[in-house]
Amino acid sequence: MAKSKIRIRAKVKGGVTTVRSLMTHPMETGLRKDKKTGKKIPAHFIQEVKATWNGRTVLTAYWGGAVSKDPYLSFKFKGGAKGDTVTIAWKDNLGQSASGQTKIR
Amino acid sequence: MTDMKRRLFLKGSVAVGAVGAGLASGLFTPRAVLADWSESAFHATKIPAALNGLFGTDTTEVSDAIQIKAPDIAENGAVVPVTVKTDLEDVSHIVIIAAANATPLVADFELSELSVPFVATRIKMGKTADVVAVVKAGGKLYSARKAVKVTIGGCGG
Repeated sequence: MAKSKIRIRAKVKGGVTTVRSLMTHPMETGLRKDKKTGKKIPAHFIQEVKATWNGRTVLTAYWGGAVSKDPYLSFKFKGGAKGDTVTIAWKDNLGQSASGQTKIR
Repeated sequence: MTDMKRRLFLKGSVAVGAVGAGLASGLFTPRAVLADWSESAFHATKIPAALNGLFGTDTTEVSDAIQIKAPDIAENGAVVPVTVKTDLEDVSHIVIIAAANATPLVADFELSELSVPFVATRIKMGKTADVVAVVKAGGKLYSARKAVKVTIGGCGG
């Protein structure tokens, strides 16, 4: 399995936490063709992303192959305090998964 | 976000990424993990079919309370930054659709009661088309669209 990373930044301001994250993933649609062989490159993309704060789910994203390679995701939620943990976990159509976490700043 | 800031963001986050990789295994059980990922919606080739797959209806009401931030002209269709936010109350879903893609549904964000109705991501667009945002609020669907001109397509490379 390729090295999977999730980079996350979370910052609280005025009671609202803004999270920005970057995941490492090829995000193949399954429609692209290999230029040399002419064969289709099999689909390989993140299908579900779950973001949790202190164990509570704050956002669930369902994705198709049309999210760009190495996906960027930003979202906001009410609550959060400095030092709280935000976790983001994804799983893809091949059953691979990864997660990362950060402390709110 | 300017390029400069993004650079800093990347640099600063490397440490976090390493920790994340360590935690990668064992969080999900391999089976029954994708129960909520709608195959019929993501494989649909038409927008109404995609919405039906997600919500069981394709009736949307055009709303100017939804703001889509996307470039007027995208030089690279493989990476089109899209931000959707709304002033609507009681929002449970934000859906991003690229109207001319082979499978138009790009992403379905399921919000929690804690969420602020705001999401930002980057999407691929095959050709010049509207980006459609559909918001489910108070059990009803609302939509807005914005035209994005794509000079190099993002699908097919």
